[in-house]
Amino acid sequence: MREITLSKAVNEAIAEEMRRDPTVFLIGEDVAEAGTPFKVLAGLVEEFGTKRVIDTPISEPGFTGMAVGAALTGSRPIVDLMFGDFIFLIMDQLCNQAAKACYMSGGKLNVPLVLRTNLGATRRSAAQHSQSLHALVAHIPGLKVAMPSSAYEAKGLMKTAIRDNNPVVIFEDKLMYQDKAPVPEEEYLIPFGKANIKREGTDITLIGTSSMVQVAEKAAALLEKDGISAEVIDPRTIVPLDEETILASVRKTSRAIVIDEGHQSYGVTGEIASRISEKAFYHLDAPVLRMGAMDVPVPFSPALEDLTVPTPEAVAERARQSVRGELFDAA
Amino acid sequence: MAAKAAAKKGTAPKGNAEDYLRMYRQMVRIRAFEDNANQLYLSAKMPGLTHMYSGQEAVAVGICEALTDDDKITSTHRGHGHCVAKGADFKAMFCELLGKEEGYCRGKGGSMHIADQSHGNLGANAIVGGSMGIATGAALSAQLRGTDEVTVCFFGDGATAQGLWYEVMNMAALWKLPVIYACENNGYSEYTKTEEIAAGSLTARAEAFGIEAHKVDGQDVLAVNELTQKLVARARKGEGPFFIELDTYRYHGHHVGDINREYYRAKDEESEWKSTRDPILNFGKWLTEQGVVSEDDLVAINDEIRADAEAAVAYAEAARYPDASEVDMHVYVDSPELDAALSKQSA
Ligand SMILES: Cc1ncc(C[n+]2csc(CCOP(=O)(O)OP(=O)(O)O)c2C)c(N)n1
Ligand SMILES: [Mg+2]
Repeated sequence: MREITLSKAVNEAIAEEMRRDPTVFLIGEDVAEAGTPFKVLAGLVEEFGTKRVIDTPISEPGFTGMAVGAALTGSRPIVDLMFGDFIFLIMDQLCNQAAKACYMSGGKLNVPLVLRTNLGATRRSAAQHSQSLHALVAHIPGLKVAMPSSAYEAKGLMKTAIRDNNPVVIFEDKLMYQDKAPVPEEEYLIPFGKANIKREGTDITLIGTSSMVQVAEKAAALLEKDGISAEVIDPRTIVPLDEETILASVRKTSRAIVIDEGHQSYGVTGEIASRISEKAFYHLDAPVLRMGAMDVPVPFSPALEDLTVPTPEAVAERARQSVRGELFDAA
Repeated sequence: MAAKAAAKKGTAPKGNAEDYLRMYRQMVRIRAFEDNANQLYLSAKMPGLTHMYSGQEAVAVGICEALTDDDKITSTHRGHGHCVAKGADFKAMFCELLGKEEGYCRGKGGSMHIADQSHGNLGANAIVGGSMGIATGAALSAQLRGTDEVTVCFFGDGATAQGLWYEVMNMAALWKLPVIYACENNGYSEYTKTEEIAAGSLTARAEAFGIEAHKVDGQDVLAVNELTQKLVARARKGEGPFFIELDTYRYHGHHVGDINREYYRAKDEESEWKSTRDPILNFGKWLTEQGVVSEDDLVAINDEIRADAEAAVAYAEAARYPDASEVDMHVYVDSPELDAALSKQSA
């Protein structure tokens, strides 16, 4: 199968959907000629013109609100938010307006909107350009949240997001834009709420989101050398969450670590870990562990930044402790 | 300090060779800093990326020379110029750019977050328009504290699209806050021309709130300084806020990695600005014509500052990274007075 970059996969997904459905349009800063600073959208304005690939001023709440209005009235906007960190600027439009319109109207209104943005540290971009803020929106009922872990997922989840009749936030890992993965030429959609078992195992379940899927896979490879068999699960969407696949795996392995790049406290790791504890408690042989980013703003200095995110080595070490029954700190 | 003292009294520094030379030196310092920063990026020695201030030196220097150390500024992602102009030191700046312990922010902030409170620099900001509230709040605080401090809020033309600006201008005007909004219109917001993202006139937007608005040639350090001195003096007397739109130009790409930019900006346009409207060349020429200095003097100033910058780079390269134990320091600060009150209460 051909291999393409995550960046190209997103571009293809959007182009295919814009060809299929004339109501889909893109809006955001420097999305047209520049194709975004990451060049993900390069070439789209040439094909679809400036009426459907709309460059905006630096007015995030303004254009997000306009997208909500457009989505309420027959369009299917894709909002491009250049950095995930800017989600703080648009919280009202996203969380008070887009997320609630359907419910507040008793199901009469709906907001088929996609917000595509990114996450991920270790790019030396400092505290306001490195955050992984998906937990913030996952907390808000009415929003769906997708977290592609490779080019394959990026394409399939984007196409599904565009066709979903609800507001969907997609977080791409900005460090993965140039990473290649096999992506079929034929069209495909990836259903929301359907986890992917990346690797089968019997001793411990590693649940990773987005960039942390790679970390979990590398940890699993390290563990294999120690004779520990790890199962790796990629939920692909955290809202909705495929609880069944996760619980079935943990019932089999009896141990779990949840790995995510958001801050560890009050985050995605805590949510998934507590669902496991609630629903698979009697199958567990060790406490379920959370591994998120440190609870600090992302520091600029490389000497500090690399310490803040989970690494394969750290995950493998915690997994060994779990399997050996050595989780004294958690006992 | 003469210009700064003069600024307090509201008199222009006309004919003051010392002031002129300091302004010249400060502009050269910014250019030298940026050339070295760019070099660090190109040689892959700098983590991340940075936004060059080169070309806009007369704005930062003309404005900051009209301020005292007690006056505050807020800066932007393109903030090295403001930082130098407000009095920062090369070594601590380069250390910050390289993520070293001796940097202004102990390596935690990097290029886009340098703050230097000893000179009244409340910090650069990586959120476009993110400092508009902060600057206006600093002006409110100056008023509440009964000082005559003035705050200058630097931002780009692109930032005028942020709604926050209109909220704070309204309050600043209502409450006559001592804040000066300084919009550096360099013609571009990232890869987009200003006319494509800004409707109507920027000065008219400020005027709609009853804010006195000025437009000035941002390449002419004396014009910028003269105007700012007048406005600062008036802001100290409670006649603010003010708005200044400064016409200027950035010489490099949006950031250091923005090399192939002909699709949005013509090479001819760049060379035109560099050859005819360079703030340093033009001011240097004027200084020699006025007999303030000789061309040899200017060369000597340039050489000395360049050597200074290179030494600071070498220092920063050799400097230590912060210790790993610093990673979770500074998330919060202690509150000793509160602790004392609490322990008294429980005693
Ligand atoms: C809220 C927000 N939106 C978008 C960005 C990305 N961004 C960084 S600089 C910039 C352009 C700013 O243009 P301008 O204000 O004119 O400043 P200049 O770069 O020209 O100095 C953009 C869009 C950001 N940092 N913050
Ligand atoms: Mg600009």
